[in-house]
Amino acid sequence: MARIPLKANALIGGLLVGGTLLMAATSVVWTPRNPLAVALRQRLKPPSPDFWLGTDEVGRDVLSRIMAGAGTSVMVAGLAVLAAVLLGSTLGLIAGFLRGWVDRALMGINDALLAFPGILLALGLMAVIGASQWGIVLALGLAYAPTVARVVRGAVLSIREREFVEASRSIGNGEGYTMWRHVLPNTASPVIVLATSMFGWAILAESALSFLGLGVPPPAPTWGNMLAAARPYMESAVWLSLAPGLCIALTLLGVNLLGDALRDRLDPRSTER
Amino acid sequence: MRQPLLDIQGLRVTAAGGRIVAVDGISFHVEAGEILAVVGESGSGKTATGRAVIGLLPPGLTCSGGAIRFRGEDLLAASSSRIREFRGAEIGMVFQEPMVSLNPAMTIGAQMEEGMALHTALSRAEIRAACIAMLKRVQIRDPEQCLAAYPHEFSGGMRQRIMLASVMMLKPALLIADEPTTALDTLSQREILDLMVGLARDEGTAVLLITHNLGLVARYADRAIVMQRGRIVEEGEARSLLASPQQAYTQALVDALPRRLPRIRRQSEGTPVLEARALEVQYGGRQRLFRRTPGVKAVNGVDLAIYPGETVALVGGSGSGKTTLGRAMLRLVEPTGGQLLFRGEDITRAKGEAYRRFRLACQIVFQDPYSSLDPRQRIGSIVMEPLRHEPGISQAEKRERVLKTFEDVGLPGFEDRFPHQLSGGQRQRVAIARAIVRHPALVVADEPVSALDMTVQKQILTLFRRLQQERGFACLFVSHDLAAVEEVADRVIVMQQGKLVEEGDRDGIFDCPRHPYTRALLEAAPRLEAIA
Repeated sequence: MARIPLKANALIGGLLVGGTLLMAATSVVWTPRNPLAVALRQRLKPPSPDFWLGTDEVGRDVLSRIMAGAGTSVMVAGLAVLAAVLLGSTLGLIAGFLRGWVDRALMGINDALLAFPGILLALGLMAVIGASQWGIVLALGLAYAPTVARVVRGAVLSIREREFVEASRSIGNGEGYTMWRHVLPNTASPVIVLATSMFGWAILAESALSFLGLGVPPPAPTWGNMLAAARPYMESAVWLSLAPGLCIALTLLGVNLLGDALRDRLDPRSTER
Repeated sequence: MRQPLLDIQGLRVTAAGGRIVAVDGISFHVEAGEILAVVGESGSGKTATGRAVIGLLPPGLTCSGGAIRFRGEDLLAASSSRIREFRGAEIGMVFQEPMVSLNPAMTIGAQMEEGMALHTALSRAEIRAACIAMLKRVQIRDPEQCLAAYPHEFSGGMRQRIMLASVMMLKPALLIADEPTTALDTLSQREILDLMVGLARDEGTAVLLITHNLGLVARYADRAIVMQRGRIVEEGEARSLLASPQQAYTQALVDALPRRLPRIRRQSEGTPVLEARALEVQYGGRQRLFRRTPGVKAVNGVDLAIYPGETVALVGGSGSGKTTLGRAMLRLVEPTGGQLLFRGEDITRAKGEAYRRFRLACQIVFQDPYSSLDPRQRIGSIVMEPLRHEPGISQAEKRERVLKTFEDVGLPGFEDRFPHQLSGGQRQRVAIARAIVRHPALVVADEPVSALDMTVQKQILTLFRRLQQERGFACLFVSHDLAAVEEVADRVIVMQQGKLVEEGDRDGIFDCPRHPYTRALLEAAPRLEAIA
């Protein structure tokens, strides 16, 4: 990975993510067929010139469903990660910078939440919030925030001991300003790395929740619930799981490459190479 | 003709496939039992040379030419298992950073025994006895207990002694010491080097002493090599090399050694800018669940006044509390007792406007220019930042003042760079610019030059003097190095274990020190005139 030049990283990542976003955008105005139209006579057809990616178990066009699902999947995962990063960074920053009892209290709650597997936590939250797109975003965001908080707190604890933080105080800057201007930006690298992998987990978690019937309610397609629905037909109609599976994999790859490029871009030390 | 112990011919060390040359075809030799100093500044290739000899070049660097003959055998051509036989047994190495060169998870005893077990056929009991004898030799007080202890229980100076003991135990024919005392204060520096040289003389070990400090060369080395950019600039007998350097570069190095310059003594008069009365700082000592832990008084009842425009040097070994005092004077560490007066006004607990005025008028320059600048900001905005709190000047005026300050510290046109694009000396200039941009009344300089090369030290000290003359701020100069202090101070204050032990004007302290601790510090300082 290190040998691929930075620009190629960004380019490939950009193309993959761009493709997904384009697909999502197009689906709003146009899909080859109606992604919700059931045609039982056409069920489980393999890919053909008529149905490029075949049809599913009730005869719906897989390509159309992939396109329609792209928007939902990416948006849900993206917003969930954004929520987790915003919430987690804030908590981590406060805990790491103030230390003392604030730190102990926040991290105590945080560790209690971390003790649950993320998906279990999300499940519990979904049960309370109810199954909907926003429900998933909120549930996954809350479920992932503790991890971010841990990472940010760790970074803050090491950065706040560096002398430039003391220097900021010595020139009369307040604590809030110092935190915002000098400490937070220096935690960006680990958070970006974490956020890109969390994006992957979120897409998978959304599919898992859908699988349990707590995700985006059917018949609306998402990559996750398509994958879940394809499971019984793995042997007879492999395209049903292959299409959403590949889409998830490629989008993740794109996000990870973009994340790497972004991290390097944001780190002033690596700009000159 | 007798064969030299180590004979290096046309050694080249390169990186990145030959595009970067660290050592550029140097040749020299080391006789058995002699002490050869390799002197140079950062990037001169002196460390790469030392490491090439023992075959421990950092990743990326390779020996691409020449020969290193040890007792006639070419080490560059030898197999790696043959080189391992030499390492430790014949060629020992002491590293620069004692805090990280011992394994924290192993007892001292286990680490010392490792080498002996590998290279000798002694029994465990014999090895143990040898370890204890050696630890005694390097003046470790309780050798038996030391063997069972872990590295973190020792200070940097003690660890370097242990390092030295475990290397010298194998009685190597050649000892490579790479800046062995740079990370230590002057007192431990003196002790360690005395021990090292004493041991080497006793065992007939030759020493390759790699250092940037010419003062050490004069005191310890027989011969010296001066390196610059991978080449040998000058070579010769140590004393004559220092007394009459032939090359311009060596001359510059010798000139960079701090010396006393005539200085018009400023009168300490008027109201002190900043005054400490019976100041105390206590660390730890907080109420735990069941017991109250006893605290450590890092600063214990210090009285100190700094008058407008003067430079007060605060000197002491590590652990003397000088750094804590420096920070407590700026309330970067809150004092736990005593009083702090800013222009006669008590600001020990002040908040609001009075505190703000004090905070804005007193600035600090830190020791480590690598960690004192935010790596994510351009240096222009780093220097601009103090002006955020300056009332009544426009953005254009601020920018003007920042540019002017950059010119004053000798970095015109550098505003758009990031800290990592600068050298250590340039970074320290940025740190100074940040401290003076708001025209402070007092600057606390905490070891501002001890992380820098000698010639760069000289430049920074000169810059500091000039700025002080132009702008007239007072300065509290904290340092363990009396030599550097000699050049800048009006008054000197010596601190030991949290208390002031001696105070006086510069010439008084340097010419007739009264307190034994001051005398010890003075003797340890690597000064040229003390030797010549």
